[in-house]
Amino acid sequence: MFTPHTPKDVEVMLKTIGIEKVEDLFTEIPEKYRFPELKLPLGLTEMEAAEELESIANANGSTKTLLNFIGAGAYDHYVPAVVDMLLRRGEFYTAYTPYQPEISQGTLQAIFEYQSLICELTGMDVANASHYDGATAAAEAVILAYHHFKGKRTKFLLSRAVNPQYREVVRTYMRGNQAVSILGDDPETGIDASMDKLIAQIDAETGLVMVQYPDFFGRVIDYKPLIEAAHNAGALVAVAVNPTALGILTPPGEIGADIVFGEGQPLGIPLSFGGPYLGIFAVTNDLLRKISGRLVGETVDNAGRLAYVLTLTAREQHIRREKASSNICTNQGLMALASTIYLSLLGKKGFEAVSNLCYQKAHYAAAQISAIQGYKQVFSETPFFHEFVIRSPQPAAHLLEDLRAYDILGGYDLSKDYPELDNCLLIAVTEKIAKEDIDLLHDALIEVTHD
Amino acid sequence: MTEPTIFELSSPGRQGVRFPVSDVPEVEVPAEFRRKDLPLPELAEIDVVRHFTRISQKNYAIDLGFYPLGSCTMKYNPKINEETSRLPGFAFTHPLQPEDTVQGNLYLMYTLQEWLKEIAGFAGVSLQPAAGAHGELTGVLIIQKYHADRGDTQRTRILIPDSAHGTNPASSAMSGFEVVHLPSDARGNVDLNALRELCDERLAGLMLTNPNTLGLFDENVTAVIEMVHSAGGLVYGDGANLNALLGIVRPGDLGFDIMHINLHKTFSTPHGGGGPGSGPVAVAPALVEYLPDPVVAIIEPGSEDLPPLYGYAHPAKSIGRVKAFNGHFGMLVRAYTYISMHGKEGLRNIAEKSVLNANYLLAKIKGVYHLPYDRRCMHEFVVEGMWPDAPGIRAFDIAKRLIDYNFHPPTNYFPLIVHEALMIEPTETESLETLDAFADAMLKIAVEARENPDLLHEAPHNAPVGRCDEVRAAKQLILRARKA
Amino acid sequence: MNFPAELKYAQTDEWVRVENGIAIVGISDYAQDALGDVVYFEFSVEAGDQVKAGGQLGQVDSAKASSEVILPVSGVVTEINEAVSDNAEIINNDPYGEAWLVKIKMDNPAELENLLTAEAYQAYRLG
Repeated sequence: MFTPHTPKDVEVMLKTIGIEKVEDLFTEIPEKYRFPELKLPLGLTEMEAAEELESIANANGSTKTLLNFIGAGAYDHYVPAVVDMLLRRGEFYTAYTPYQPEISQGTLQAIFEYQSLICELTGMDVANASHYDGATAAAEAVILAYHHFKGKRTKFLLSRAVNPQYREVVRTYMRGNQAVSILGDDPETGIDASMDKLIAQIDAETGLVMVQYPDFFGRVIDYKPLIEAAHNAGALVAVAVNPTALGILTPPGEIGADIVFGEGQPLGIPLSFGGPYLGIFAVTNDLLRKISGRLVGETVDNAGRLAYVLTLTAREQHIRREKASSNICTNQGLMALASTIYLSLLGKKGFEAVSNLCYQKAHYAAAQISAIQGYKQVFSETPFFHEFVIRSPQPAAHLLEDLRAYDILGGYDLSKDYPELDNCLLIAVTEKIAKEDIDLLHDALIEVTHD
Repeated sequence: MTEPTIFELSSPGRQGVRFPVSDVPEVEVPAEFRRKDLPLPELAEIDVVRHFTRISQKNYAIDLGFYPLGSCTMKYNPKINEETSRLPGFAFTHPLQPEDTVQGNLYLMYTLQEWLKEIAGFAGVSLQPAAGAHGELTGVLIIQKYHADRGDTQRTRILIPDSAHGTNPASSAMSGFEVVHLPSDARGNVDLNALRELCDERLAGLMLTNPNTLGLFDENVTAVIEMVHSAGGLVYGDGANLNALLGIVRPGDLGFDIMHINLHKTFSTPHGGGGPGSGPVAVAPALVEYLPDPVVAIIEPGSEDLPPLYGYAHPAKSIGRVKAFNGHFGMLVRAYTYISMHGKEGLRNIAEKSVLNANYLLAKIKGVYHLPYDRRCMHEFVVEGMWPDAPGIRAFDIAKRLIDYNFHPPTNYFPLIVHEALMIEPTETESLETLDAFADAMLKIAVEARENPDLLHEAPHNAPVGRCDEVRAAKQLILRARKA
Repeated sequence: MNFPAELKYAQTDEWVRVENGIAIVGISDYAQDALGDVVYFEFSVEAGDQVKAGGQLGQVDSAKASSEVILPVSGVVTEINEAVSDNAEIINNDPYGEAWLVKIKMDNPAELENLLTAEAYQAYRLG
């Protein structure tokens, strides 16, 4: 299978080492614990394993078998065949971190192109080679701001309309730092699109204000007043983005964001039950030295040829050790490559088309559903992208369960994270959803509401 | 040959893929939010395919040859993993689907948790962490909350041996701990006297890699752990080197309290040019309730007719979430596939062959390359890449010359406690012939170092590019492509 | 390698020159040579800060290494050398002149006695 040793090979090797049997290699292991009897099943052949895994996979419903309107941070987009074909080249996926630039130019150039594409998309100056996902990128934004102000600003404001999982991860990351307070996302501050209550909390202690664009509810909010207020107080602003929306919407870099980050999964990465995804992270030139994670830069080799290398490595954990601001030592290499191929292939026109299709279909869906008696679009006065909130006449959990009889995953139940949004559903629509699918959801909602 | 960037290859008007026209009534995007310009490249499908195929060919990879990168466990990545993880039932499931629609995924995660517990000897596992360093952060946060919950807030120090990975101190510092360095003794073990002096009421924990980064199994490991425990501290095991221990010894049995497991090393998930990894964290009974939220559990036991119902459980004292959703699920499917194909005998065979390969290779080059800690190694070993009679030759030069022999260089300049370190981990998937060819190259380079040192200084000679000017890169800081 | 006799040195490779009760601080020729090509310097202090000897003055990065620069004396920072932030290469070119780092109005000039003479520092570094 995966070990090529013949009995004769083993014999030759033992003789060279100067021992009699393989067990002799392990005499330094405390005898009491040596060679435990593991309670595991017997090994399967490839054919058997393939069958078993298929039967496990078949025990799931998926977006291939169910009509899916769940988004809430992960989106079901079409991924062209080219993306996975290229990703599966052994030269990419069986390589490691490009520590040896002479034989890693493929990985390095791909990351360089990834950084460039993310800069263009977000309107920012510099992007790193990626973080683990959108949520951990949010935590890295807070860490960056904390170090940027050398620990002197200790208040970090997160809008309540930032993805609840992002906020949870920020809190976990910062739990060891007693000096820091994470504020702004309490029910009092609320989810009003005006952002007035959040802006009112910005002061001289504030290191960072974090908002999302489109926000967790899909709303497209004008953050210029908030950014101005934050900058006046000397604070940084981080904007979480859905990259798909930036195909048609003004990027945060153009309205003064200091940090733009987000979940890159919509860029050609399968849903895959939540991972592996891609943490996008980009900053202005002013924060270039503060960015954690890998960066690839252009240089030349000893013959003057163009080459790419990992650069500014002195910031990283393997050199700075406990003085490093972050412990990250890899990036999401293969996922960054997937998004690079996806964006190159779709290009200016294709990406704009996907973005616009999402926008159009979501607006049709919102109009259809809010026309049903008893259903109302919440925040209907605020522009939205491809996700919107519907208040239904019954608890969202019941509604979603009823829709399952129609093989529909009707959306995300918001009441769990937002008690003030009882009976509310978050519905996402991507380019994969046809008009008939929306009509099907509409009709199913009418039927389940009769009861 | 230099390959232009995708921006330089762009030609206005090209489009690599088309999408259907909208089938719903058109609405306008509000002008105030409408993007003015979308400066993405424009290429045809064939341009994209050729571009990425061409640059891929400038990479070295496991599929091309031997990759003895110490502490990285660059073993062969089975192709079946890539098939199973892409099954539509896995790849097209949304992480927020109702639990009853994803029983297959939850069963797989639950079973993998159980298997990892059994393999490493622990009581609980979280599959959430995204990578080894992320698992470390998770583990250190667990140590922090465990002491805080007990009112032991004066425990502010984490001890880290000088042979540790750089991520250990960084993870500890991120979690608010003071890092205290712990020296190694003359045999490469933790210095027990130094440890004894640091075992006081300020001790929160010790982060120990075993086998350590010298490839040595700490001969006093149980004494070390006992000393930390009796001072009230916890012992964190860096699982980077678990490959050597599969079916040989369970770290949990040795007394470790927490360990992260690198699925991308030990359990064959691909390294992907630097990620995605996957770093599940395993813990002893007292720490199960501190694991990240949520874990997968059996919610309703099964019966003769029905399988159990799997779902999410929320550990009572959890440190919270460390990542969105369910961890790197795609990597979990690969690791599950790999473990299911090995079973208990197969896993022990992995460890045995990885240690056999390392000791064989060591026997072949020892004497020509100085071995600073002359002991039997586990799955990897560290030699010095320098000789008194070859002044000017450094580990770096040897590493670069290996490229000319079509091998990936070993890890160099790490661990920091060895001068001009070359850290070599062959893994179990390499054959006798491959090991012999690598040993021959190492021996030839040792001769070249004396006879023709410039050959080494100027290496590599036949790679896509030569040695790169890293100072220039750091000074000019060109971090994005120029527009065509 | 240059070890100007009129300066005092810390074992962590900083130098101090005293002018009118103000301590001017930089890093030594030995330190810049050991770091290699310096690409970046970041100050941890700003003008007006009350600082203590042993605290962090800044961080110096070369292409391959990163090192903390330590404050050799306590006092109030009166000036930092922005030229180093703008162009860190000058640390390699002129470590004792153009690349001074901070000026400190000393609280306790007696702290200077904890520092090494040029001769002692040279012996310490070059044996």
